[in-house]
Amino acid sequence: MSLDYENDSARHEELIAQVLSQYPHKAAKRRQKHLSVATDREEVGGEAQTISECDVKSNIKSIPGVMTIRGCAYAGSKGVVWGPVKDMVHVSHGPVGCGQYSWSQRRNYYVGTTGVDTFVTMQFTSDFQEKDIVFGGDKKLEKIIDEIEELFPLNNGITVQSECPIGLIGDDIEAVSRKKAKEHEKTIVPVRCEGFRGVSQSLGHHIANDAIRDWVFGKADVEFETGPYDVNVVGDYNIGGDAWASRILLEEMGLRVVGNWSGDATLAEVERAPKAKLNLIHCYRSMNYICRHMEERYGIPWLEYNFFGPSQIEASLRKIAKHFGPTIEERAEKVISKYRPLVDAVIDKYWPRLEGKRVMLYVGGLRPRHVITAYEDLGMQIVGTGYEFAHNDDYQRTGHYVKKGTLIYDDVTSYELDKFIERIRPDLVGSGIKEKYPVQKMGIPFRQMHSWDYSGPYHGYDGFAIFARDMDLAINNPVWDLYDAPWKKVAAPGAAVSAE
Amino acid sequence: MPQSAEQILDHAPLFREPEYRQMLAEKKLNFECPHPDQIVTDQGAYTETWEYREKNLAREALVVNPAKGCQPLGAVFAAAGFERTMSFVHGSQGCVAYYRSHLSRHFKEPSSAVSSSMTEDAAVFGGLKNMVDGLANTYTLYDPKMIAVSTTCMAEVIGDDLHGFIENAKNEGSVPPEFDVPFAHTPAFVDGYDAMVKGILEHFWKGKERTKEAGTINIIPGFDGFCVGNNRELKRLLNLMGVSYTFIQDASDQFDTPSDGEFRMYDGGTKIKDVRAALNAEATLSLQHYNTRRTLEYCREVEQATASFHYPLGVKATDEFLMKVSDISGKEIPETIRLERGRLIDAMADSQSWLHGKKYAIYGDPDFVYAIARFVMETGGEPIHCLATNGTPAWEREMKELLASSPFGKDAQVWAGKDLWAMRSLLFTEPVDLLIGNSYGKYLERDTGTPLIRLMFPIFDRHHHHRFPLMGYQGGLRVLTTILDKIFDKLDRESMQVGVTDYSYDLTR
Repeated sequence: MSLDYENDSARHEELIAQVLSQYPHKAAKRRQKHLSVATDREEVGGEAQTISECDVKSNIKSIPGVMTIRGCAYAGSKGVVWGPVKDMVHVSHGPVGCGQYSWSQRRNYYVGTTGVDTFVTMQFTSDFQEKDIVFGGDKKLEKIIDEIEELFPLNNGITVQSECPIGLIGDDIEAVSRKKAKEHEKTIVPVRCEGFRGVSQSLGHHIANDAIRDWVFGKADVEFETGPYDVNVVGDYNIGGDAWASRILLEEMGLRVVGNWSGDATLAEVERAPKAKLNLIHCYRSMNYICRHMEERYGIPWLEYNFFGPSQIEASLRKIAKHFGPTIEERAEKVISKYRPLVDAVIDKYWPRLEGKRVMLYVGGLRPRHVITAYEDLGMQIVGTGYEFAHNDDYQRTGHYVKKGTLIYDDVTSYELDKFIERIRPDLVGSGIKEKYPVQKMGIPFRQMHSWDYSGPYHGYDGFAIFARDMDLAINNPVWDLYDAPWKKVAAPGAAVSAE
Repeated sequence: MPQSAEQILDHAPLFREPEYRQMLAEKKLNFECPHPDQIVTDQGAYTETWEYREKNLAREALVVNPAKGCQPLGAVFAAAGFERTMSFVHGSQGCVAYYRSHLSRHFKEPSSAVSSSMTEDAAVFGGLKNMVDGLANTYTLYDPKMIAVSTTCMAEVIGDDLHGFIENAKNEGSVPPEFDVPFAHTPAFVDGYDAMVKGILEHFWKGKERTKEAGTINIIPGFDGFCVGNNRELKRLLNLMGVSYTFIQDASDQFDTPSDGEFRMYDGGTKIKDVRAALNAEATLSLQHYNTRRTLEYCREVEQATASFHYPLGVKATDEFLMKVSDISGKEIPETIRLERGRLIDAMADSQSWLHGKKYAIYGDPDFVYAIARFVMETGGEPIHCLATNGTPAWEREMKELLASSPFGKDAQVWAGKDLWAMRSLLFTEPVDLLIGNSYGKYLERDTGTPLIRLMFPIFDRHHHHRFPLMGYQGGLRVLTTILDKIFDKLDRESMQVGVTDYSYDLTR
């Protein structure tokens, strides 16, 4: 049920010009390349396609002093890729802050006895002091690994997540890891995800993927009876239970999910991944690297899918089923019809409350495009979207989702985002915790689209119901009508005009 | 099918539906390669033993669930307490994303700060260019009155020189020559709040002539997640006394802006002209000794009298604070404040039977732990475990003196430098009635069953408590009520089983 609408290209071009005019010349020139308005490809390329072109520069350094919303490589590795692997201990190696601020903040749900056989919502740190910087931290790291083995013997492995100082003081965490892995007969993975590497979280994802390739694959003897319908789900971090609401559908259509990366995952699920028949990738940005590697090295094909909203879920189920042939395709159709009444009921309930509402998004890896159709399934329209750390291939993929005239912003600065929101005044903004409160102060409803604002899951059919309910409760809460003090309104319209 | 449009289930009930329970059980069995249940149960039980506790407390290198942040966070918080001041953190950009998120999650408020976004090339060549461009961008885009520069580990490890860099940036015209850019080096292993406030005072006071104004007082609140409630309450008391005072660093308005349609990037804070004038104050008082030591030392260097407190909360600590203020200012403590004091005492007397002999574990920043231990003893409670991950040997000595001063402190143990995984062992082996700390304590509550009272930064999972004071007699009343609510709720929960324990489910308590 694709919605037909178009955004105001001219107005959006004008907004871009307005914000750029406020920058110092040098910064304006650099920022200009990151801001654009989606055009019809027909207009530019002459190809008879209705996909849009989102032509911005991306994955380049943020400008100093402008309040980028991006994080760092450590956040991409420890925070995103490795942190959710539940039966391993992830040591934030360096000073205390990085691990402290990322502690339990991604809502990677898991089942286990925390502190005994699972460790996701704990903060393990080497808590560097000045002497560790001066004399190096390798000795300390050795001791830390020994102490982990003593106090948390049921861990199935350890990762060393490097913070900025590690790479700067020349520590050899690889040597320590090798030595200790041998001694304790455990998987120990050094990850060079120092925060100053690269331009955003994105390089951290890549480094974390490479660490799986180099330090996990092929290291252990994996005994596992394979089946014809074995798949890995890659790039689902089980935020608020997303991966569970997805897995249930894949299993219902007859697939066997032998590993989920990396929400609620164990090391065993990572180790056996090369034995699967197909990799299903949700967050392309953070895990495409390892899928490409598995394709090259083990001949496992990979397939992108999208489990946000019924239109994309149906299309994805069919696409995945097609890979396995008629038996699975038939079962996929059964799954789709089974959930159709739920979908219809949810849409019937919320469409009238959400129809025509305009949404602006600014998120991370896949969501700036993946959630668009879920909103449209509810009758809502996307007026602007952008990524913190996308690459060119993400913007190419975004063209399939956005309508002409959509405002596109890459690595947006707080200044730009605030101004865009203030002038467009959408009915809803979906972004992160740093953006939430400024937007709400303006009287505009907001949902955190990294953490699902402590709700979720949003994946799958069960998640779509929650998604629809959440967007409704955000937009239709009575608080937004209480912002103006009534006496101020009545006071003097003349005064208000003169104050402009 | 568990989900329906009529009754949409959230994650907690959704995944307890039979379909999901079965799915997760099969996932575990077939794909997770878990340890056998018995081994997990045994290890879990082992972590509750004295033997495990001894190993746990003997740790020398590994830190697990520490109760402290890193110091640039303190610097960013400090800068937020000055008029139209933008924090500029020189170094890697991820750090700034973390500080902003952390502060926003606690205050439920915007938190603005910029980074100089240094990457590999800056690691090699230094971050001068980032400083030059960064200051120009910040100045132009965000229209600050002052830019307060601090550093991340990265800039510190490579040894960037803030003073020289800022000079350079000014020479290159990034900001006007007279524009205020105070700075502090804040590697993650020093007190960032202290360093930043000192940096700002030095920036405005250095080389200036001091004309002492008798009776005037500066107040430095320290890093305080309850600054919104506390600073306003203290100002109310000082106004009642008629004292001439200046808060040096006051984030109470910055972290409590109204929702009226306008996003205020800056609100409130100590005015720059007041920071300049504060040099002339007779005395500077710190409300948190342990995160203002270097700043107070500097105040003494400029010949101000100084005094420091340990987060003045409860009866005697508030008495002492007010008497000190009275002493310096020459203003009497008015009758209205004496009546307020009396009302707090009245409340404590009314509830004393429920508080007497209750055992507590307290953790957090050093001054906070001191304050709570002291107040708990005033109510007849017994601190058993007092833990500060960033507690120093000096703090440990002071704590022991405090605890020795009251019979209610005789069973207390002081744990400087320990973390919350150590606290877990302490709670299992020497249990208490109540745990006082912050949101991170919820894992201890889950594991050990000790009810948690959240009274310190950060509080992520309860809303708005920081908008009310903990300091002063009014604050004492609030702390008292919070503790009592927890005690009564627990009592009710434990006595509400119909026909079994509900003989004790008393209507009046």
